[in-house]
Amino acid sequence: MKVLVTGASGMLGGYVARALRDAGHEVSAFQRRPAGIDGVADITGSLTEEADVRRAVAGQDAVVHLAAKVSISGPEEEYRKINIEGTRHIVEAMKAQGGGKLVNISSPSVAHFGQSIVGLGTTAPEPERASSPYARTKAAAELVAMAADGEDGMLVTSIRPHVVWGPGDTQLVERIGGRAKQGRMPLLDEGNALIDTIYVTNAADAIVAALNRIDEVHGESFVVTNGEPRTVRDIIGGFAAAVGAERPTLRIPSSVARIAGRIIERLWEIRPGYDEPPMTEFFAEQLSTAHWFDQRRTRERLQWTPKVSIDEGFEILRRYYSTRSR
Amino acid sequence: MVTIGHQSTDAGRTAAPEIPEQPGVDPRLHRFATVKDSFGDDRQWHYLDNIDLLAERGVTPRGTILAVHGNPTYSFLFRTLFRDDIDWRVIAVDQLEMGYSERTKRIRGLQDRITDLSLFTDSLGLRGPIVTVGHDWGGIISIGWALDNKHDVVGMILTNTAIYQGLGESLPKALQIASAPSIIRTMTSGTDAFLRGTINLSKPPLPSEVKAAYLAPYRGSKRRAGIEQFVADIPADAMHPSRATLERLAEGLKDMKVPSLFLWGPRDVVFSDRFLRDLFERVPHAQVHRFENASHLVWDDADVAGTIAEWLQDVYGDQKPGDTAVPSLERGPKAVSTFADQPPHVPLGSRITELAEDPATADLSAVVEMNGGPDGGRRTITWRRLEERIADLSAGMLAHGIRRGSRVSVLVEPGADLTAVLYSCLRIGAVAVVADAGLGVKGLTRAVVGSHPDFIIGIDRALIGAKVLGWPGQKISVQTLPTVDRAVLGVTTSMAELMNEGSQMRALAADTRAEDLDPDEDALILFTSGSTGPAKGAAYTHRQASAMFSAVGETLQLRPERGLVAGFAPFALLGPSLGAPSVVPDMDVTRPGELTAAALADAVDALGSPAVFTAPAALKNIIDTAGELTTEQREALARVPSFFSAGAPIPAPLLRQLRTLMPNAQSFSPYGMTECLAVAAIDLDGIEEAGSGNGVCVGRPVPRVEIAIAPVDELGRAADHAVTTAGVTGEILVRAAHVRDRYLMLWRTTREAMRIEGYHATGDIGHLDDQGRLWVEGRLAHVIPTAEGVRTPVVIEQAVESVEGVRRAGVCGVGPAGTQQIIAVVEMEEDHRPGRPAQPKPAPHELEDSIRRTVRERTGAEVTAVFTTTTLPTDIRHNSKIDRTRLAAWAEVALSGKKAKL
Repeated sequence: MKVLVTGASGMLGGYVARALRDAGHEVSAFQRRPAGIDGVADITGSLTEEADVRRAVAGQDAVVHLAAKVSISGPEEEYRKINIEGTRHIVEAMKAQGGGKLVNISSPSVAHFGQSIVGLGTTAPEPERASSPYARTKAAAELVAMAADGEDGMLVTSIRPHVVWGPGDTQLVERIGGRAKQGRMPLLDEGNALIDTIYVTNAADAIVAALNRIDEVHGESFVVTNGEPRTVRDIIGGFAAAVGAERPTLRIPSSVARIAGRIIERLWEIRPGYDEPPMTEFFAEQLSTAHWFDQRRTRERLQWTPKVSIDEGFEILRRYYSTRSR
Repeated sequence: MVTIGHQSTDAGRTAAPEIPEQPGVDPRLHRFATVKDSFGDDRQWHYLDNIDLLAERGVTPRGTILAVHGNPTYSFLFRTLFRDDIDWRVIAVDQLEMGYSERTKRIRGLQDRITDLSLFTDSLGLRGPIVTVGHDWGGIISIGWALDNKHDVVGMILTNTAIYQGLGESLPKALQIASAPSIIRTMTSGTDAFLRGTINLSKPPLPSEVKAAYLAPYRGSKRRAGIEQFVADIPADAMHPSRATLERLAEGLKDMKVPSLFLWGPRDVVFSDRFLRDLFERVPHAQVHRFENASHLVWDDADVAGTIAEWLQDVYGDQKPGDTAVPSLERGPKAVSTFADQPPHVPLGSRITELAEDPATADLSAVVEMNGGPDGGRRTITWRRLEERIADLSAGMLAHGIRRGSRVSVLVEPGADLTAVLYSCLRIGAVAVVADAGLGVKGLTRAVVGSHPDFIIGIDRALIGAKVLGWPGQKISVQTLPTVDRAVLGVTTSMAELMNEGSQMRALAADTRAEDLDPDEDALILFTSGSTGPAKGAAYTHRQASAMFSAVGETLQLRPERGLVAGFAPFALLGPSLGAPSVVPDMDVTRPGELTAAALADAVDALGSPAVFTAPAALKNIIDTAGELTTEQREALARVPSFFSAGAPIPAPLLRQLRTLMPNAQSFSPYGMTECLAVAAIDLDGIEEAGSGNGVCVGRPVPRVEIAIAPVDELGRAADHAVTTAGVTGEILVRAAHVRDRYLMLWRTTREAMRIEGYHATGDIGHLDDQGRLWVEGRLAHVIPTAEGVRTPVVIEQAVESVEGVRRAGVCGVGPAGTQQIIAVVEMEEDHRPGRPAQPKPAPHELEDSIRRTVRERTGAEVTAVFTTTTLPTDIRHNSKIDRTRLAAWAEVALSGKKAKL
């Protein structure tokens, strides 16, 4: 099958492109600069340019759409252009050539409105209630993508991976690790809130599974996680330990949480153009409230289970960073 | 605001009032009708009626439920009755002057209101079968209506109401205040204090939109006139105009031979438990459920409608719609014991008489209290003396008005006095309510108040508590008290005086024999520990109680001639029924965990080579204090032939340690519960043979006990059928002649525990193995339904406890059933300290990791997070069962990232 992957220069996008390639698909990657993945053809261009998108989509049987605007700065209009309009361009281009399979990569934040999430399933995106420009525009984008399902030969599903991490993750792992090495990684209260995360190859597998199962699961959205929620303390500790730092013990009581929020905001500053979910307010919230999901439907519908457990993931990380630092 | 409802029957004079949207009320239920009242005037009524909604669903109603509210509520109170599993037409009416019915400026007395209601139901053409529902003063009106429409009534449901007050003094304080002429107007109509007072009784508080709905029809003093009238119509004295009607109803109620259900919120300052007792005496066939923490607005505080749905199904489920036959008054399911293999019935206490009458045994010790005598010395009572004391006390009790069927709350420490009181009660047929001081003050109060005692026989401390906490019943002290104390405590007599009187009567050869007792009448009510939920009174008949004593004796292979040491209070009662002498060691019986090795040894020495009973919490202390033993004491312990600890299974390592102290004792670890004291038992060899498995092996069933399992599904719910297949995990079911008859005034709880005919559902979870042995895996309520299947706590806790440095562990689940995560909280050997439970802290990573790995290897379960604490929460009674419910409540909040307090 000919598959186009948008946003293949990001960590997850790269894993997805390689996984599809390894599964025997003819894979192309679409982004502004070449992704440089062995065995994956590069198509450069911009999501905001309809013509670029049409060119990339031409002749593809399927599209895995990961590219998104995730910067913390900039007016909401920019998010709209990339996240909503970009998705619309993909959908229109696919429809124009008679349809195809679309796996739209979304985010659990599209259905998250600030409260804690304790064992919930996948719920509907609500752009009006989502809390950040990123979440609002991703919610609208998911609605655009899902609305196309069944129209003009389209089969669409959305996958919402929750907090993806893995080796080479400059965002979460290396930032937390680096900060922990300086002894400046705080925990809110005791860091007891349970959060779900997903090891990157599991997320890539889930996306490939969604493409394989799209005849059965089109029209449905799925939150995907490792199904092993851990306390924030445990996750942050695991990242820190993997890069050879002490597990953070510095506790900030929630009475000074607002200040902590600011620290975290700086901590999670995002480099512009990086194709991963923003880690500012989003993760700050995660540091103090539970976010974990019921994975039973996801696993049953996608016929997928994570191959790498959280603890195994930590071990892979540890080896990765210990060889790198030598 | 929306105007809703139909103008039915005729085009009333008054426009229908606007009814704001009400939470939980389908707007299509609202109706209005204009009907002539008892004064002959047309009046507009508002009511809720589901007849159209039933028709829409294609349901032919079985009959009609007529619900009558009291003061100051209205039909909104009954909104929960409109539910799909009640296939009855439900009519909930607002009385005139109340709710959204007309304000008429008429004064309506009790009889007027009954007549008004009949005129209203006539206008609807309401015919049977009808079940009446009443709350508060609406209860009285519904009874009045039922008596006037007897031929249509097939059932009666009453909630927090009262049919009769003695005279003025028995009028509840709160109402005396509200009905005093000087303040009645201010309280009831001038302000909405009475109204707000009523709706604020609920705990937790009612949601604000519900409060608003209760208040809505009563805005402005004119609309509240009915509230004032109702309070003024309380017949506080014999001269009151409504008095005669009330008395007529109170008598008439006794003739209502229809199935009846009383549902009660005991936290009611007005309609307290005594009114429930009064009603129950008038309608002894009624089924009763007290919702422990519910207040006057029991409909809002507890699942009253759900209980009614179940009751309707049980009572009328087999009848065709419209069938007006009155179902049988048979109360509840058939007792579990009737399905079991019966031992021969031996009246309890008859062994005492036999031994006292036999010169060979009459002067042997029956009860020895190591610290019961003056100056804390030894006190010995022979069989002859015990029989005399029981005969005297029985005669004295009868003379004092304690009779067959009287409820006697016994708050006496184990020992000779308790033995005398208990066997006297059994002899005369009074029902002894035994609640362990280990329940704590709160639990004890609930147990005593909830059992509606006619008499309380108690030690001074208990009587002071009774006074302070306002426990009901006539008070009788153990020791004769000085006059002043007597007056202060409201004590009418003492055990010593009763014995004296009884003895004199017997000397005068007065006829002091009790009537012949029916073995199927109530004998005992034992309150459960509360370690597994709120205190419940398990009621035993004489037959069941007798079977219980023989089952325990048989389980322990007790040899009467050797006797027993009761290191755990309740066992002091066992000896006399079996004809075995019993010794109570020198200890504080309310703290069985503090029994020392030396005190135990001295108690053993007093009898020679008795069987020994202790509380499980005492075992560690006995081992810890073994160093203080003298050579003689060590020798005494070495003579113990059998050793038994009740309350919780004993871990094998502890049994092994005890074997060093009592090398010749066969040590039993039992399994049982207040509802069935002896279910299974195992000795040390059996434990070693069973090895490790999923849970704790408690051995095979004791004689005449059958065990089965109600399998659990993936959400941790137990099935409604029994299996005996090996390896199937589920709720443990028990059948035996010594299973309790029912729970006291807990109809729904009894129904749930007896949902599988012929079995008591224990609430414990476990499985049978292929050798027929029972393994206990925890409590059904503590099952952890994860996405990978149902996990049970005990096996995980055992795995956690196998990790080095861990002293004790409790595990629980967080999140929704079916996708729960496992949380472990551990006490470490190095920093454990006894006392109040302490806040859990995140475990160090190495410990968490090692616990996770160990549990995964040993059980396949994934532990999500581990916490440490210096002190885990445990039950009060045994201080051994970890309170997982409390841990779970803490974990649910803490693991969601919020501040939580254990």
